[in-house]
Amino acid sequence: MSLSPVEGVALAEIESGTDPGGPATKGVVGRSPGQLAWLRLRRDRTAMVSGVLLVFFLLLGLAAPLIEMVYGIGPREQFQNLLDGFGMPLGYAGGVSGEHWFGLEPGLGRDIFIRLIYGLRTSLFIAFAAALITATIGIVLGALAGYLGGWLDAVINWITDLTLAMPFLIIALALTPTITLRFYGERGQVSSAFGVGVLIAVFAIFGWTSTARLVRGQVIALREREFVEAARASGAGLGHMLFRQLLPNIWAPILVSFSLAVPQFITSEAALSFIGVGLSDETPSFGRMIYRSLDFLQTDPAYVFFPGIMIFALVFAFNLFGDALRDALDPKSSR
Amino acid sequence: MDSSEPLPSGEPDDRPAVPAQRSDQDAYLRVRDLRVRFDTEDGVVRAVDGVSFAVERGRTLGIVGESGSGKSVTSLAILGLHDPKRTTITGEISVGGRQVVGLPDEEVRRLRGRDMAMIFQDPLSALHPYYTVGRQIAEAYRVHHPKANRREARQRAVDMLDRVGIPQPARRFDQYPHEFSGGMRQRAMIAMSLVNDPALLIADEPTTALDVTVQAQILDLLADLQAEFHSAIILITHDLGVVGQVADDVLVMYGGRAVERGSVEQVLRAPQHPYTWGLLSSVPSLHGDADADLVPIPGNPPSLINLPSGCAFHPRCRYADRAGSRSRTEVPELRPAGADGHLVACHLRAEERATFYAEDIASVGVAR
Amino acid sequence: MTDKPLLRVRGLTKHFPVRQGLRATGLVRAVDGLDFDVRPGETLGLVGESGCGKTTTGRMLVRLLEPTSGSIEFDGRDITHAGRRELRPLRQELQIIFQDPYASLNPRHTVGRIVAMPLQVNGIKPPGGIKARVQELLELVGLNPEHYNRYPHEFSGGQRQRIGIARALALRPKLIVADEPVSALDVSIQAQVVNLLRDLQRELGLAFVFIAHDLAVVRHFCQRVAVMYLGRIVEIGDRADIYERPQHPYTRALLSAIPDVTQLGPAGRIRLTGDVPTPLDPPSGCRFRTRCWKAQDICATEEPALIPRDGGRQATACHFPEGEGAGTSPEGEAAGTSPEPVAAGSVAEATVSGVEPAGRGAEANVEEVSS
Repeated sequence: MSLSPVEGVALAEIESGTDPGGPATKGVVGRSPGQLAWLRLRRDRTAMVSGVLLVFFLLLGLAAPLIEMVYGIGPREQFQNLLDGFGMPLGYAGGVSGEHWFGLEPGLGRDIFIRLIYGLRTSLFIAFAAALITATIGIVLGALAGYLGGWLDAVINWITDLTLAMPFLIIALALTPTITLRFYGERGQVSSAFGVGVLIAVFAIFGWTSTARLVRGQVIALREREFVEAARASGAGLGHMLFRQLLPNIWAPILVSFSLAVPQFITSEAALSFIGVGLSDETPSFGRMIYRSLDFLQTDPAYVFFPGIMIFALVFAFNLFGDALRDALDPKSSR
Repeated sequence: MDSSEPLPSGEPDDRPAVPAQRSDQDAYLRVRDLRVRFDTEDGVVRAVDGVSFAVERGRTLGIVGESGSGKSVTSLAILGLHDPKRTTITGEISVGGRQVVGLPDEEVRRLRGRDMAMIFQDPLSALHPYYTVGRQIAEAYRVHHPKANRREARQRAVDMLDRVGIPQPARRFDQYPHEFSGGMRQRAMIAMSLVNDPALLIADEPTTALDVTVQAQILDLLADLQAEFHSAIILITHDLGVVGQVADDVLVMYGGRAVERGSVEQVLRAPQHPYTWGLLSSVPSLHGDADADLVPIPGNPPSLINLPSGCAFHPRCRYADRAGSRSRTEVPELRPAGADGHLVACHLRAEERATFYAEDIASVGVAR
Repeated sequence: MTDKPLLRVRGLTKHFPVRQGLRATGLVRAVDGLDFDVRPGETLGLVGESGCGKTTTGRMLVRLLEPTSGSIEFDGRDITHAGRRELRPLRQELQIIFQDPYASLNPRHTVGRIVAMPLQVNGIKPPGGIKARVQELLELVGLNPEHYNRYPHEFSGGQRQRIGIARALALRPKLIVADEPVSALDVSIQAQVVNLLRDLQRELGLAFVFIAHDLAVVRHFCQRVAVMYLGRIVEIGDRADIYERPQHPYTRALLSAIPDVTQLGPAGRIRLTGDVPTPLDPPSGCRFRTRCWKAQDICATEEPALIPRDGGRQATACHFPEGEGAGTSPEGEAAGTSPEPVAAGSVAEATVSGVEPAGRGAEANVEEVSS
């Protein structure tokens, strides 16, 4: 006999004991579950620190052109005059100076700081766009499959399984160059917008399955709840059922999965760029920078350090925030 | 539960008369001034707030209360099944002469199962789904009989299954919980809790999840087993009818405190506390005037975090005004009332209670 | 008696196929041929133990489940297989109250939105606005109309159940199916809700199908009572008949098994043996025979029909119903010392011989209840 049912009993009793005091004793204003979650989030120090850090990163990414203006150096400007004869930056720590805060790239002599800012912008844009698209596809397919069931559920499940069975890396490796070749030919200059678009599309094709599964499961769990039946007994249609009754109850797990999907896409983008199927060297991105910097791991460690620490901080902050968000939205699950 | 089983010989008249002054000293379980507190995000929950009672072997104590009355927490504290990180327990719990409060976990665990056992409301969640029922019972036996070998444990489990009225026990031994019906599962749960002959059995709403016809079987079974094993039983329930059927003594809890205590005849036939009156008059009955309105207790059970001051029942009590401001400022103590051994925690004077009861409660056909 | 029934149910059946993979391996006969009527303003109690099909029946009446066969007529119109659009006007007259006050309210919606939902879904704009109507409803069920903007989690179980009742009343229905509306509530709260439903029933002239396992609650609420066992009605009649002159052994056993506060100690009760059999494979003939102390050979071979007797208001599906002679009133029984019907399979008592085994030659199907 395990202890868990026992604790369950105790909890149930405490909860039913504390709950009903309700309207008679507490304040006048009703607090929605969302407001309660926000209050919990506010009290969580990890959530606040990582949240502030994320907002800071987001602002940096958004304000990249502005920063470029103030900083006075563009991401594609080369400073060959500050490199020595072997193409290595002059000065200490990879050429860190008052002008070039994070130093210069060996070889091309581009400014690392402004390239990082733009790389952040690219990474965040790709990650957010991919997460939004996958979430939308996942929510729609998952909700329809879960609520309607039957043959539609079977078909959607089948597609999900098929998608999961496809090896992401291999297909990405094969697909990206093929698509690029098809549009630009052998020698065409690939625009960075196109590269970004292809990357987002690849993520969208493969990334929606987990959200769809999550939403489907949640909807199935809710479908038999009596408040859903009450709406059906009143004659509510599909739209009302999905958007008014069901989705408001599952946005919490969706939000959590969204906040955990973003850092995953950031690392995936970096990984793809690293193995050369992602973005071209033209577009500033974390993956490309780390890829290029590895050649100089011994001679110019600062070049690896800055993009490395940046991507680490970004992903770490996202993951911490996602976990804190889950705790705040669903305080019972984690403790 | 074979039909040839003799009916429990317990006609009401056969019961031992309540001794005039039972000494708590010889009781198997003694609980004195038990207080259980939980720290939660929203504040401190005083789940149990100064409760005392005793149960002798061979007797059944019914603990009655609504959700949040602290009745289940009391039993968990006795068994040491609370979460030690969040819970503070003070007071005295003595099981067979051994003080349980403050005992190391390891020793409480040794007591649990051997000297005291629990039956849960939902046997499906208390039984492990991946092991056969028989194996779980045999394991429970071997925990406390390390010298017993596999065959002996199996034999013991089969015997227990047979004893609680499960047909074909040897075949049932190898089945999984989901292959049992609700009533059979509860029987298996009872078999498991009795496998080590515990002297104290705590049943927390053992029949709430069952149908009435099955409930009757299980209550009979408990009474039979008690007669055979001479165990002390605590029966936790919200159903006064169940208490009336099987209990010898009754403890009525409200807001974590005991409000009334006495023999089952005293509490159900001559209730003293307005809350007990309210419970009795709000339960629909199979007798009396079906068209008469039920008399509900107004309001809702209190929050244990924010308990009303003074007598916790005063906001819902029709007679709170008669006791003056004391009902709001002073927590009433459990004092002797009426017959011997009958205790009540109420500010009203005995004469007042008698008058109110006669005029408002008994006259509308509650105390039939 | 002469007025037309509001709800007319005939041969109502629901079978759930049991699938293993894609193949159907069995049929759960959850509801197997019910006949009953509910007249306007009448309260019918549907009682029975778990698995008797009472909840499935309630779900079919409000068309949350599709009946396998049989017919449901509401107000003269056949709604057995009506689509959503055809049902729309009827939804307003046929509502449901649920058992679990925690699951039946959308936790993300305010009370105002929950109660207004039926109005909005059906595009109804009450005079004075939706908010005024909702507040009126909240007041009607004894809640503070100021609590319009609160969320369900801020209310206790009893208050939540009141919100569910207000939602069911929003469309001014004629018939409400109440599925165990008080069994999840605390004892002291149950009485509040039962009284509220009684007041509403009288004031608004509502008809109710009141589903419950608790015979004592049903006795306080319903004028007529139907007792179900394994998907069948075994006995139906007026309240006084069912509670004072039960004719079906199961009804007697059920009444006798209820622990009553008025009776201390385990005195003479009818003890049924065993559990309710599975509806996957119900016993042949009379479904109650495996637990019945009167069962004879005929019970295994022939299904007893639901036959009205004594002038037609009370109908019993039993080959050997209780006679008038023996002490049939529960009071008499409680006092009586002989716990006669204990042994299962013990051959029927003397009372049986006097009663003519009814329903001989009747088909397996239940005959209509005369109304």
